[in-house]
Amino acid sequence: MIPVLLEAQALRKTFGHLAAVDNVSLSLEPGVLTAIIGPNGAGKTTLINLLTGLLLPDTGTVRFKAEDISRLPAHARVRRGIARSFQIMTIFPSLTVQENILLPALARRGRNHRAFARLEGEGEAFGDAQEILGEIGLWEQRDVQVRALSHGDQRRLELGIAVATRPELCFLDEPSSGMNPIERQAVLGLIRKLSAERRTTFVIIEHDMDVVFSLSERIVVMNRGQVLADGTPAAIRENRAVRETYLGTEV
Amino acid sequence: MAADVMHAGAQARGGAGGRVAVGALVLALMLLPLVGGRYAQYVAIQVAILALFALGFNILFGYSGLLSFGQAGFYAVGAYGCAKLLLLKPSLLFGVIGGTALAGVAALALGVLCIRHTRIYFSMLTLAFGMMIFSLALKWRDFTGGDDGLVGIPRAPLEIPWVLSIDMASMGRYYYFVMAVALLAIAVAYRLVRSPLGLTFQGIRDSETRMAFTGVPVRRYRLIAFVVAGLYAGLAGALLPALENTVTPPVAHWSTSADPVLATLMGGVQSFAGPIVGAFLFFMIKDIIVRFTEYWLICLGVIVVVLVMGFRGGVLSLVEGRWRTRRRVEVES
Repeated sequence: MIPVLLEAQALRKTFGHLAAVDNVSLSLEPGVLTAIIGPNGAGKTTLINLLTGLLLPDTGTVRFKAEDISRLPAHARVRRGIARSFQIMTIFPSLTVQENILLPALARRGRNHRAFARLEGEGEAFGDAQEILGEIGLWEQRDVQVRALSHGDQRRLELGIAVATRPELCFLDEPSSGMNPIERQAVLGLIRKLSAERRTTFVIIEHDMDVVFSLSERIVVMNRGQVLADGTPAAIRENRAVRETYLGTEV
Repeated sequence: MAADVMHAGAQARGGAGGRVAVGALVLALMLLPLVGGRYAQYVAIQVAILALFALGFNILFGYSGLLSFGQAGFYAVGAYGCAKLLLLKPSLLFGVIGGTALAGVAALALGVLCIRHTRIYFSMLTLAFGMMIFSLALKWRDFTGGDDGLVGIPRAPLEIPWVLSIDMASMGRYYYFVMAVALLAIAVAYRLVRSPLGLTFQGIRDSETRMAFTGVPVRRYRLIAFVVAGLYAGLAGALLPALENTVTPPVAHWSTSADPVLATLMGGVQSFAGPIVGAFLFFMIKDIIVRFTEYWLICLGVIVVVLVMGFRGGVLSLVEGRWRTRRRVEVES
Protein backbone atom coordinates (compact mmCIF):
# COMPACT_ATOMS: atom_id res chain seq x y z
CA MET A 1 0.00 0.00 0.00
CA ILE A 2 1.29 3.46 -0.91
CA PRO A 3 1.46 5.75 2.12
CA VAL A 4 -0.91 8.70 1.80
CA LEU A 5 0.71 12.13 2.08
CA LEU A 6 -2.42 14.17 2.63
CA GLU A 7 -5.94 13.06 3.16
CA ALA A 8 -9.03 15.28 3.21
CA GLN A 9 -12.31 13.86 4.42
CA ALA A 10 -15.74 15.36 3.77
CA LEU A 11 -14.44 18.94 3.67
CA ARG A 12 -17.08 21.60 3.56
CA LYS A 13 -16.82 25.39 3.48
CA THR A 14 -19.73 27.73 2.87
CA PHE A 15 -19.77 31.46 2.20
CA GLY A 16 -23.29 32.62 3.01
CA HIS A 17 -25.54 30.24 1.11
CA LEU A 18 -22.86 29.17 -1.32
CA ALA A 19 -21.09 25.91 -0.59
CA ALA A 20 -17.73 26.73 -2.15
CA VAL A 21 -16.40 23.33 -1.17
CA ASP A 22 -19.08 20.75 -0.62
CA ASN A 23 -18.22 17.40 0.90
CA VAL A 24 -14.88 16.90 -0.80
CA SER A 25 -12.74 13.90 0.05
CA LEU A 26 -9.36 13.57 -1.55
CA SER A 27 -6.11 11.79 -0.87
CA LEU A 28 -2.75 12.71 -2.33
CA GLU A 29 0.05 10.20 -2.73
CA PRO A 30 3.67 11.25 -2.64
CA GLY A 31 5.36 11.88 -5.98
CA VAL A 32 2.20 12.12 -8.08
CA LEU A 33 2.04 15.47 -9.86
CA THR A 34 -1.65 16.31 -9.63
CA ALA A 35 -3.65 18.99 -11.42
CA ILE A 36 -6.93 20.37 -10.12
CA ILE A 37 -9.09 21.76 -12.92
CA GLY A 38 -12.61 23.04 -13.25
CA PRO A 39 -14.59 26.07 -14.36
CA ASN A 40 -14.35 29.39 -12.50
CA GLY A 41 -16.06 29.19 -9.14
CA ALA A 42 -15.71 25.41 -8.95
CA GLY A 43 -14.02 25.68 -5.55
CA LYS A 44 -10.45 24.85 -6.55
CA THR A 45 -8.78 27.73 -4.74
CA THR A 46 -11.06 27.37 -1.71
CA LEU A 47 -10.09 23.70 -1.48
CA ILE A 48 -6.40 24.60 -1.49
CA ASN A 49 -7.06 27.33 1.07
CA LEU A 50 -8.61 24.70 3.34
CA LEU A 51 -5.76 22.26 2.85
CA THR A 52 -3.05 24.87 3.50
CA GLY A 53 -4.71 26.66 6.41
CA LEU A 54 -5.59 30.00 4.87
CA LEU A 55 -9.20 29.08 5.67
CA LEU A 56 -10.58 26.66 8.24
CA PRO A 57 -13.25 24.20 7.12
CA ASP A 58 -16.80 24.30 8.51
CA THR A 59 -16.75 20.52 8.78
CA GLY A 60 -14.46 17.73 7.70
CA THR A 61 -10.85 16.87 8.47
CA VAL A 62 -7.46 17.24 6.86
CA ARG A 63 -4.72 14.77 7.72
CA PHE A 64 -1.08 15.22 6.76
CA LYS A 65 1.01 12.08 7.15
CA ALA A 66 -1.71 10.72 9.46
CA GLU A 67 -1.69 13.80 11.72
CA ASP A 68 -4.92 15.78 12.01
CA ILE A 69 -4.07 19.32 10.88
CA SER A 70 -7.63 20.54 10.25
CA ARG A 71 -7.37 23.33 12.83
CA LEU A 72 -3.70 24.20 12.56
CA PRO A 73 -2.78 27.73 11.44
CA ALA A 74 -0.99 28.15 8.12
CA HIS A 75 2.50 28.67 9.54
CA ALA A 76 2.29 25.42 11.52
CA ARG A 77 1.32 23.52 8.37
CA VAL A 78 4.26 25.05 6.52
CA ARG A 79 6.54 23.84 9.32
CA ARG A 80 5.19 20.33 8.72
CA GLY A 81 6.00 20.48 5.02
CA ILE A 82 3.07 22.03 3.15
CA ALA A 83 3.87 25.08 1.00
CA ARG A 84 1.92 27.03 -1.58
CA SER A 85 1.85 29.89 -4.04
CA PHE A 86 -1.09 32.15 -4.70
CA GLN A 87 -3.31 32.98 -7.63
CA ILE A 88 -2.76 36.68 -6.93
CA MET A 89 0.97 37.17 -6.71
CA THR A 90 2.13 37.17 -3.11
CA ILE A 91 5.77 38.12 -2.70
CA PHE A 92 7.79 40.71 -0.76
CA PRO A 93 7.86 43.58 -3.29
CA SER A 94 10.18 46.02 -1.51
CA LEU A 95 12.84 43.42 -0.65
CA THR A 96 15.54 42.14 -2.96
CA VAL A 97 15.24 38.84 -4.84
CA GLN A 98 17.71 37.22 -2.49
CA GLU A 99 15.94 38.50 0.63
CA ASN A 100 12.69 37.04 -0.70
CA ILE A 101 14.28 33.58 -0.73
CA LEU A 102 16.21 34.15 2.50
CA LEU A 103 13.03 34.58 4.54
CA PRO A 104 11.71 31.05 3.93
CA ALA A 105 15.28 29.69 4.16
CA LEU A 106 15.65 31.29 7.60
CA ALA A 107 12.19 30.09 8.62
CA ARG A 108 13.01 26.51 7.69
CA ARG A 109 15.99 26.67 10.01
CA GLY A 110 14.01 28.48 12.71
CA ARG A 111 16.26 31.53 12.74
CA ASN A 112 13.87 34.43 12.10
CA HIS A 113 13.89 35.45 15.76
CA ARG A 114 17.62 36.15 15.90
CA ALA A 115 17.73 39.84 16.77
CA PHE A 116 21.40 40.48 17.48
CA ALA A 117 22.99 38.34 14.79
CA ARG A 118 24.14 39.84 11.54
CA LEU A 119 22.04 38.73 8.61
CA GLU A 120 25.25 38.21 6.62
CA GLY A 121 26.33 35.65 9.20
CA GLU A 122 23.49 33.28 8.28
CA GLY A 123 25.71 31.30 5.92
CA GLU A 124 23.49 28.21 5.74
CA ALA A 125 20.41 30.20 4.79
CA PHE A 126 22.44 32.12 2.20
CA GLY A 127 23.61 28.79 0.83
CA ASP A 128 20.02 27.56 0.53
CA ALA A 129 19.03 30.79 -1.16
CA GLN A 130 21.90 30.54 -3.61
CA GLU A 131 20.80 27.04 -4.57
CA ILE A 132 17.15 28.02 -5.04
CA LEU A 133 18.08 31.17 -6.98
CA GLY A 134 20.17 29.04 -9.30
CA GLU A 135 17.29 26.67 -9.87
CA ILE A 136 14.78 29.40 -10.67
CA GLY A 137 17.35 31.28 -12.74
CA LEU A 138 17.36 34.52 -10.76
CA TRP A 139 20.85 34.38 -9.28
CA GLU A 140 22.09 37.20 -11.51
CA GLN A 141 19.27 39.44 -10.31
CA ARG A 142 19.68 38.60 -6.62
CA ASP A 143 20.22 42.21 -5.52
CA VAL A 144 17.41 43.68 -7.59
CA GLN A 145 14.39 44.96 -5.73
CA VAL A 146 11.56 42.57 -6.58
CA ARG A 147 9.25 45.40 -7.59
CA ALA A 148 11.50 45.99 -10.59
CA LEU A 149 11.28 42.40 -11.94
CA SER A 150 9.12 41.40 -14.91
CA HIS A 151 5.85 39.61 -14.21
CA GLY A 152 7.27 36.30 -15.36
CA ASP A 153 10.32 36.64 -13.13
CA GLN A 154 8.12 37.54 -10.18
CA ARG A 155 6.06 34.40 -10.80
CA ARG A 156 9.21 32.29 -10.85
CA LEU A 157 10.34 33.99 -7.65
CA GLU A 158 7.07 33.10 -5.96
CA LEU A 159 7.61 29.48 -6.93
CA GLY A 160 11.10 29.82 -5.47
CA ILE A 161 9.76 31.18 -2.16
CA ALA A 162 7.36 28.25 -1.92
CA VAL A 163 9.99 25.58 -2.55
CA ALA A 164 12.58 27.32 -0.35
CA THR A 165 10.70 25.96 2.66
CA ARG A 166 11.66 22.51 1.25
CA PRO A 167 8.09 21.25 1.35
CA GLU A 168 6.99 17.68 0.89
CA LEU A 169 3.76 18.93 -0.61
CA CYS A 170 3.47 22.13 -2.60
CA PHE A 171 0.30 23.67 -3.98
CA LEU A 172 0.66 26.07 -6.92
CA ASP A 173 -2.40 28.17 -7.72
CA GLU A 174 -2.18 29.03 -11.43
CA PRO A 175 1.61 29.25 -11.52
CA SER A 176 1.68 30.37 -15.15
CA SER A 177 -1.15 32.91 -15.08
CA GLY A 178 -0.45 36.13 -16.93
CA MET A 179 2.66 34.72 -18.59
CA ASN A 180 3.55 34.76 -22.25
CA PRO A 181 3.98 31.33 -23.93
CA ILE A 182 7.75 31.34 -23.60
CA GLU A 183 7.69 32.22 -19.89
CA ARG A 184 4.96 29.63 -19.45
CA GLN A 185 7.07 26.86 -20.96
CA ALA A 186 9.99 27.91 -18.77
CA VAL A 187 7.99 27.84 -15.54
CA LEU A 188 6.36 24.51 -16.38
CA GLY A 189 9.74 23.03 -17.23
CA LEU A 190 10.89 24.27 -13.85
CA ILE A 191 7.97 22.62 -12.04
CA ARG A 192 8.66 19.37 -13.88
CA LYS A 193 12.33 19.55 -12.92
CA LEU A 194 11.64 20.35 -9.28
CA SER A 195 9.03 17.63 -9.16
CA ALA A 196 11.60 15.14 -10.39
CA GLU A 197 14.53 16.15 -8.20
CA ARG A 198 13.32 17.59 -4.92
CA ARG A 199 11.00 14.87 -3.80
CA THR A 200 8.34 17.53 -3.47
CA THR A 201 4.86 16.51 -4.52
CA PHE A 202 3.25 19.27 -6.55
CA VAL A 203 -0.45 19.96 -6.88
CA ILE A 204 -1.31 22.67 -9.40
CA ILE A 205 -4.42 24.56 -10.31
CA GLU A 206 -4.25 25.39 -14.00
CA HIS A 207 -6.54 26.58 -16.75
CA ASP A 208 -4.37 25.81 -19.76
CA MET A 209 -5.42 22.29 -20.79
CA ASP A 210 -2.31 21.68 -22.88
CA VAL A 211 -0.28 22.29 -19.76
CA VAL A 212 -2.52 20.15 -17.60
CA PHE A 213 -2.45 17.14 -19.89
CA SER A 214 1.24 17.32 -20.66
CA LEU A 215 2.40 17.90 -17.08
CA SER A 216 0.23 15.98 -14.69
CA GLU A 217 -0.01 12.34 -13.78
CA ARG A 218 -3.38 12.70 -12.13
CA ILE A 219 -6.25 15.12 -12.74
CA VAL A 220 -8.97 16.08 -10.29
CA VAL A 221 -11.93 17.82 -11.93
CA MET A 222 -14.08 20.03 -9.71
CA ASN A 223 -17.46 21.54 -10.41
CA ARG A 224 -19.77 23.44 -8.08
CA GLY A 225 -17.73 22.64 -5.01
CA GLN A 226 -17.58 18.91 -5.63
CA VAL A 227 -15.20 16.47 -7.24
CA LEU A 228 -16.66 15.59 -10.61
CA ALA A 229 -13.96 13.21 -11.73
CA ASP A 230 -10.56 11.99 -10.60
CA GLY A 231 -8.10 9.91 -12.58
CA THR A 232 -5.24 9.74 -15.05
CA PRO A 233 -5.13 12.28 -17.91
CA ALA A 234 -6.20 9.57 -20.36
CA ALA A 235 -9.19 8.60 -18.24
CA ILE A 236 -10.24 12.24 -17.74
CA ARG A 237 -9.98 12.87 -21.48
CA GLU A 238 -12.47 10.07 -22.08
CA ASN A 239 -14.80 10.98 -19.21
CA ARG A 240 -18.19 11.98 -20.63
CA ALA A 241 -19.34 14.10 -17.70
CA VAL A 242 -16.10 16.09 -17.79
CA ARG A 243 -16.33 16.64 -21.53
CA GLU A 244 -19.87 17.92 -21.20
CA THR A 245 -19.36 20.30 -18.29
CA TYR A 246 -15.88 21.56 -18.86
CA LEU A 247 -13.57 20.38 -21.55
CA GLY A 248 -15.91 20.52 -24.48
CA THR A 249 -15.19 18.22 -27.39
CA GLU A 250 -11.98 19.71 -28.70
CA VAL A 251 -9.48 18.21 -26.30
CA MET B 1 30.44 30.80 2.10
CA ALA B 2 28.69 33.83 3.46
CA ALA B 3 31.31 36.19 2.10
CA ASP B 4 30.68 35.60 -1.58
CA VAL B 5 26.89 35.67 -1.27
CA MET B 6 26.89 38.67 1.00
CA HIS B 7 24.12 41.13 0.48
CA ALA B 8 25.70 43.80 -1.67
CA GLY B 9 23.15 46.46 -0.79
CA ALA B 10 23.64 46.16 2.96
CA GLN B 11 27.36 46.09 2.49
CA ALA B 12 27.34 49.28 0.44
CA ARG B 13 24.91 51.09 2.73
CA GLY B 14 27.07 50.58 5.82
CA GLY B 15 30.12 51.60 3.81
CA ALA B 16 32.83 54.17 4.26
CA GLY B 17 30.63 57.21 3.72
CA GLY B 18 28.28 56.15 6.47
CA ARG B 19 31.12 55.48 8.89
CA VAL B 20 32.61 58.94 8.33
CA ALA B 21 29.21 60.55 8.88
CA VAL B 22 28.66 58.64 12.14
CA GLY B 23 32.17 59.52 13.33
CA ALA B 24 31.65 63.20 12.57
CA LEU B 25 28.31 63.16 14.37
CA VAL B 26 29.75 61.54 17.51
CA LEU B 27 32.62 64.05 17.51
CA ALA B 28 30.22 66.97 17.13
CA LEU B 29 28.08 65.66 19.98
CA MET B 30 31.15 65.34 22.21
CA LEU B 31 32.28 68.88 21.44
CA LEU B 32 28.87 70.52 21.74
CA PRO B 33 29.09 71.36 25.49
CA LEU B 34 32.36 73.20 24.80
CA VAL B 35 30.82 75.55 22.24
CA GLY B 36 27.13 75.55 23.13
CA GLY B 37 25.61 76.66 26.42
CA ARG B 38 23.06 75.00 28.65
CA TYR B 39 20.29 75.68 26.17
CA ALA B 40 22.08 73.92 23.31
CA GLN B 41 22.66 70.93 25.56
CA TYR B 42 19.04 70.95 26.66
CA VAL B 43 17.80 70.97 23.06
CA ALA B 44 20.30 68.28 22.08
CA ILE B 45 18.98 66.08 24.89
CA GLN B 46 15.42 66.69 23.67
CA VAL B 47 16.48 65.73 20.13
CA ALA B 48 18.11 62.53 21.41
CA ILE B 49 14.98 61.62 23.39
CA LEU B 50 12.71 62.18 20.40
CA ALA B 51 15.16 60.31 18.17
CA LEU B 52 14.94 57.21 20.39
CA PHE B 53 11.17 57.57 20.62
CA ALA B 54 10.85 57.85 16.82
CA LEU B 55 13.40 55.10 16.17
CA GLY B 56 11.28 52.62 18.10
CA PHE B 57 8.14 53.89 16.44
CA ASN B 58 9.72 53.33 13.04
CA ILE B 59 10.66 49.73 13.83
CA LEU B 60 6.93 49.23 14.26
CA PHE B 61 5.78 51.49 11.41
CA GLY B 62 8.48 51.63 8.75
CA TYR B 63 9.85 48.13 9.24
CA SER B 64 6.81 46.11 10.37
CA GLY B 65 4.02 48.11 8.74
CA LEU B 66 2.05 48.82 11.92
CA LEU B 67 1.01 52.44 12.55
CA SER B 68 0.63 53.05 16.28
CA PHE B 69 -1.02 56.19 17.59
CA GLY B 70 -0.51 55.18 21.19
CA GLN B 71 3.25 55.30 21.66
CA ALA B 72 2.89 58.20 24.11
CA GLY B 73 1.36 55.68 26.50
CA PHE B 74 4.62 53.74 26.73
CA TYR B 75 6.63 56.97 26.70
CA ALA B 76 4.60 58.02 29.75
CA VAL B 77 5.02 54.66 31.49
CA GLY B 78 8.78 55.10 31.03
CA ALA B 79 8.67 58.68 32.31
CA TYR B 80 6.35 58.09 35.30
CA GLY B 81 8.03 54.78 36.11
CA CYS B 82 11.48 56.35 36.12
CA ALA B 83 10.23 59.34 38.13
CA LYS B 84 8.64 57.11 40.77
CA LEU B 85 11.77 55.00 41.04
CA LEU B 86 14.02 58.07 41.31
CA LEU B 87 11.82 59.42 44.10
CA LEU B 88 12.09 56.04 45.78
CA LYS B 89 15.83 55.58 45.37
CA PRO B 90 17.95 58.32 43.80
CA SER B 91 19.99 56.26 41.35
CA LEU B 92 19.89 57.24 37.70
CA LEU B 93 20.49 53.80 36.20
CA PHE B 94 17.91 52.26 38.53
CA GLY B 95 15.32 54.78 37.35
CA VAL B 96 16.11 54.63 33.63
CA ILE B 97 16.39 50.85 33.41
CA GLY B 98 13.37 50.37 35.65
CA GLY B 99 11.23 52.83 33.69
CA THR B 100 12.22 51.23 30.39
CA ALA B 101 11.43 47.76 31.71
CA LEU B 102 8.02 48.89 32.98
CA ALA B 103 7.21 50.30 29.54
CA GLY B 104 8.27 46.98 28.02
CA VAL B 105 5.91 45.11 30.36
CA ALA B 106 3.08 47.51 29.49
CA ALA B 107 3.77 47.06 25.77
CA LEU B 108 3.72 43.29 26.19
CA ALA B 109 0.40 43.34 28.07
CA LEU B 110 -1.37 45.77 25.73
CA GLY B 111 0.42 44.42 22.65
CA VAL B 112 -1.18 41.01 23.09
CA LEU B 113 -4.53 42.75 22.60
CA CYS B 114 -3.45 45.21 19.87
CA ILE B 115 -1.55 42.92 17.50
CA ARG B 116 -4.59 40.76 16.93
CA HIS B 117 -5.55 43.43 14.41
CA THR B 118 -3.75 45.27 11.62
CA ARG B 119 -4.14 48.47 9.63
CA ILE B 120 -6.58 51.08 10.93
CA TYR B 121 -8.04 48.68 13.52
CA PHE B 122 -4.63 48.29 15.06
CA SER B 123 -4.07 52.07 14.97
CA MET B 124 -7.39 52.78 16.69
CA LEU B 125 -6.74 50.20 19.40
CA THR B 126 -3.33 51.70 20.14
CA LEU B 127 -4.91 55.16 20.25
CA ALA B 128 -7.52 53.91 22.72
CA PHE B 129 -4.99 52.21 25.00
CA GLY B 130 -2.71 55.23 24.79
CA MET B 131 -5.53 57.47 25.96
CA MET B 132 -6.33 54.97 28.69
CA ILE B 133 -2.83 55.50 30.04
CA PHE B 134 -3.36 59.25 29.73
CA SER B 135 -6.52 58.98 31.87
CA LEU B 136 -4.58 57.00 34.44
CA ALA B 137 -1.92 59.71 34.57
CA LEU B 138 -4.62 62.34 35.01
CA LYS B 139 -6.99 60.59 37.41
CA TRP B 140 -4.90 58.27 39.55
CA ARG B 141 -3.94 61.19 41.76
CA ASP B 142 -2.42 59.18 44.61
CA PHE B 143 0.13 57.62 42.33
CA THR B 144 0.68 60.12 39.53
CA GLY B 145 -0.11 63.41 41.23
CA GLY B 146 -2.95 64.07 38.78
CA ASP B 147 -2.83 67.41 36.96
CA ASP B 148 0.23 68.57 38.86
CA GLY B 149 2.17 65.48 37.94
CA LEU B 150 5.20 64.33 39.86
CA VAL B 151 7.50 67.10 41.04
CA GLY B 152 10.88 67.41 42.69
CA ILE B 153 12.43 64.49 40.86
CA PRO B 154 16.16 64.52 41.56
CA ARG B 155 18.75 64.33 38.81
CA ALA B 156 20.14 61.40 40.67
CA PRO B 157 23.80 60.40 40.49
CA LEU B 158 24.90 57.67 38.12
CA GLU B 159 25.64 54.88 40.54
CA ILE B 160 26.81 51.35 40.22
CA PRO B 161 27.32 50.01 43.76
CA TRP B 162 30.98 49.49 44.64
CA VAL B 163 32.05 50.50 41.14
CA LEU B 164 31.32 54.14 40.47
CA SER B 165 29.25 57.09 41.51
CA ILE B 166 29.10 60.16 39.29
CA ASP B 167 27.19 63.26 40.26
CA MET B 168 24.73 64.28 37.55
CA ALA B 169 23.55 67.61 38.91
CA SER B 170 25.14 69.67 36.12
CA MET B 171 23.47 69.77 32.72
CA GLY B 172 26.78 68.95 31.03
CA ARG B 173 27.16 65.64 32.85
CA TYR B 174 23.58 64.64 32.18
CA TYR B 175 24.07 65.59 28.53
CA TYR B 176 26.92 63.09 28.19
CA PHE B 177 24.90 60.43 29.96
CA VAL B 178 21.94 60.87 27.59
CA MET B 179 24.18 60.90 24.52
CA ALA B 180 25.96 57.71 25.62
CA VAL B 181 22.65 55.96 26.26
CA ALA B 182 21.20 57.22 22.96
CA LEU B 183 24.20 56.12 20.88
CA LEU B 184 24.15 52.71 22.52
CA ALA B 185 20.41 52.32 21.89
CA ILE B 186 20.80 53.48 18.29
CA ALA B 187 23.60 50.95 17.76
CA VAL B 188 21.40 48.18 19.16
CA ALA B 189 18.52 49.21 16.87
CA TYR B 190 20.89 49.33 13.91
CA ARG B 191 22.02 45.78 14.59
CA LEU B 192 18.43 44.70 15.08
CA VAL B 193 17.08 45.94 11.75
CA ARG B 194 19.96 44.23 9.95
CA SER B 195 19.40 40.91 11.66
CA PRO B 196 17.21 38.00 10.56
CA LEU B 197 14.57 39.48 12.88
CA GLY B 198 14.74 42.84 11.08
CA LEU B 199 14.31 41.15 7.71
CA THR B 200 11.37 39.19 9.10
CA PHE B 201 9.72 42.45 10.23
CA GLN B 202 10.10 43.80 6.70
CA GLY B 203 8.65 40.60 5.27
CA ILE B 204 5.60 41.01 7.51
CA ARG B 205 5.23 44.61 6.33
CA ASP B 206 5.40 43.58 2.67
CA SER B 207 3.09 40.57 2.83
CA GLU B 208 1.73 39.11 6.00
CA THR B 209 0.20 36.17 4.12
CA ARG B 210 3.42 35.29 2.34
CA MET B 211 5.29 35.55 5.65
CA ALA B 212 2.86 33.16 7.36
CA PHE B 213 3.32 30.76 4.44
CA THR B 214 7.07 30.68 4.92
CA GLY B 215 6.30 29.09 8.29
CA VAL B 216 6.55 32.11 10.59
CA PRO B 217 3.94 32.82 13.29
CA VAL B 218 3.25 36.37 12.19
CA ARG B 219 1.36 37.51 15.29
CA ARG B 220 4.19 36.58 17.61
CA TYR B 221 6.58 38.64 15.51
CA ARG B 222 4.21 41.59 15.44
CA LEU B 223 4.18 41.39 19.22
CA ILE B 224 7.98 41.40 19.31
CA ALA B 225 8.03 44.54 17.14
CA PHE B 226 5.44 46.13 19.40
CA VAL B 227 7.46 45.41 22.54
CA VAL B 228 10.67 46.70 20.93
CA ALA B 229 8.88 49.94 20.01
CA GLY B 230 7.47 50.11 23.55
CA LEU B 231 10.93 49.64 25.08
CA TYR B 232 12.36 52.47 22.96
CA ALA B 233 9.43 54.72 23.82
CA GLY B 234 9.94 53.81 27.48
CA LEU B 235 13.67 54.53 27.35
CA ALA B 236 13.00 57.89 25.72
CA GLY B 237 10.44 58.69 28.40
CA ALA B 238 12.72 57.51 31.19
CA LEU B 239 15.38 60.06 30.18
CA LEU B 240 12.86 62.86 30.68
CA PRO B 241 12.24 63.15 34.48
CA ALA B 242 15.88 63.77 35.39
CA LEU B 243 16.04 66.47 32.73
CA GLU B 244 12.86 68.33 33.66
CA ASN B 245 12.67 67.37 37.36
CA THR B 246 8.95 66.91 36.78
CA VAL B 247 6.56 64.68 34.83
CA THR B 248 3.06 65.83 33.91
CA PRO B 249 0.12 64.15 32.14
CA PRO B 250 0.70 65.77 28.69
CA VAL B 251 3.58 63.32 28.09
CA ALA B 252 0.88 60.62 27.82
CA HIS B 253 -1.45 62.62 25.59
CA TRP B 254 -2.18 61.39 22.07
CA SER B 255 -0.64 64.56 20.66
CA THR B 256 2.68 63.37 22.12
CA SER B 257 2.21 60.19 20.08
CA ALA B 258 2.20 62.40 17.00
CA ASP B 259 5.76 63.67 17.65
CA PRO B 260 7.53 60.46 16.57
CA VAL B 261 5.09 60.12 13.66
CA LEU B 262 5.96 63.61 12.41
CA ALA B 263 9.68 63.17 13.01
CA THR B 264 9.69 59.85 11.16
CA LEU B 265 7.69 61.18 8.21
CA MET B 266 9.99 64.18 7.92
CA GLY B 267 13.21 62.22 8.11
CA GLY B 268 12.15 59.24 6.06
CA VAL B 269 10.19 56.08 6.81
CA GLN B 270 12.25 53.80 4.64
CA SER B 271 15.64 54.51 6.10
CA PHE B 272 17.18 53.67 9.44
CA ALA B 273 18.48 57.20 10.06
CA GLY B 274 15.18 58.82 9.02
CA PRO B 275 13.69 59.15 12.52
CA ILE B 276 16.96 60.51 13.91
CA VAL B 277 17.31 63.15 11.20
CA GLY B 278 13.60 63.87 11.57
CA ALA B 279 13.92 64.39 15.34
CA PHE B 280 16.67 66.93 14.69
CA LEU B 281 14.58 68.75 12.05
CA PHE B 282 11.56 68.68 14.35
CA PHE B 283 13.31 70.70 17.05
CA MET B 284 15.20 72.96 14.65
CA ILE B 285 12.01 73.91 12.84
CA LYS B 286 10.14 74.31 16.11
CA ASP B 287 12.94 76.46 17.49
CA ILE B 288 12.83 78.78 14.50
CA ILE B 289 9.05 79.00 14.17
CA VAL B 290 8.25 79.65 17.85
CA ARG B 291 10.16 82.92 17.55
CA PHE B 292 7.43 84.17 15.23
CA THR B 293 4.25 82.43 16.34
CA GLU B 294 2.98 80.23 19.12
CA TYR B 295 1.05 78.20 16.52
CA TRP B 296 4.22 76.48 15.44
CA LEU B 297 2.48 73.13 15.02
CA ILE B 298 0.45 74.49 12.10
CA CYS B 299 3.62 75.45 10.27
CA LEU B 300 5.23 72.13 11.10
CA GLY B 301 2.12 70.37 9.79
CA VAL B 302 2.35 72.21 6.49
CA ILE B 303 6.02 71.28 6.17
CA VAL B 304 5.26 67.62 6.85
CA VAL B 305 2.40 67.59 4.32
CA VAL B 306 4.64 69.12 1.65
CA LEU B 307 7.42 66.65 2.43
CA VAL B 308 5.10 63.64 2.37
CA MET B 309 3.46 64.69 -0.88
CA GLY B 310 6.68 65.76 -2.56
CA PHE B 311 9.15 63.15 -1.34
CA ARG B 312 7.46 60.18 0.19
CA GLY B 313 10.70 58.91 1.62
CA GLY B 314 11.28 62.08 3.66
CA VAL B 315 14.34 64.29 3.61
CA LEU B 316 16.75 61.36 3.49
CA SER B 317 15.23 60.08 0.24
CA LEU B 318 16.62 63.17 -1.46
CA VAL B 319 20.14 62.15 -0.55
CA GLU B 320 19.68 58.40 -0.98
CA GLY B 321 17.70 58.75 -4.21
CA ARG B 322 20.66 60.38 -5.90
CA TRP B 323 22.99 57.79 -4.50
CA ARG B 324 20.83 54.91 -5.72
CA THR B 325 20.70 56.14 -9.29
CA ARG B 326 24.45 56.38 -9.26
CA ARG B 327 24.74 52.82 -8.04
CA ARG B 328 22.39 51.49 -10.70
CA VAL B 329 24.57 53.04 -13.38
CA GLU B 330 27.61 51.35 -11.86
CA VAL B 331 25.84 47.99 -11.95
CA GLU B 332 24.88 48.39 -15.57
CA SER B 333 28.26 49.47 -16.80
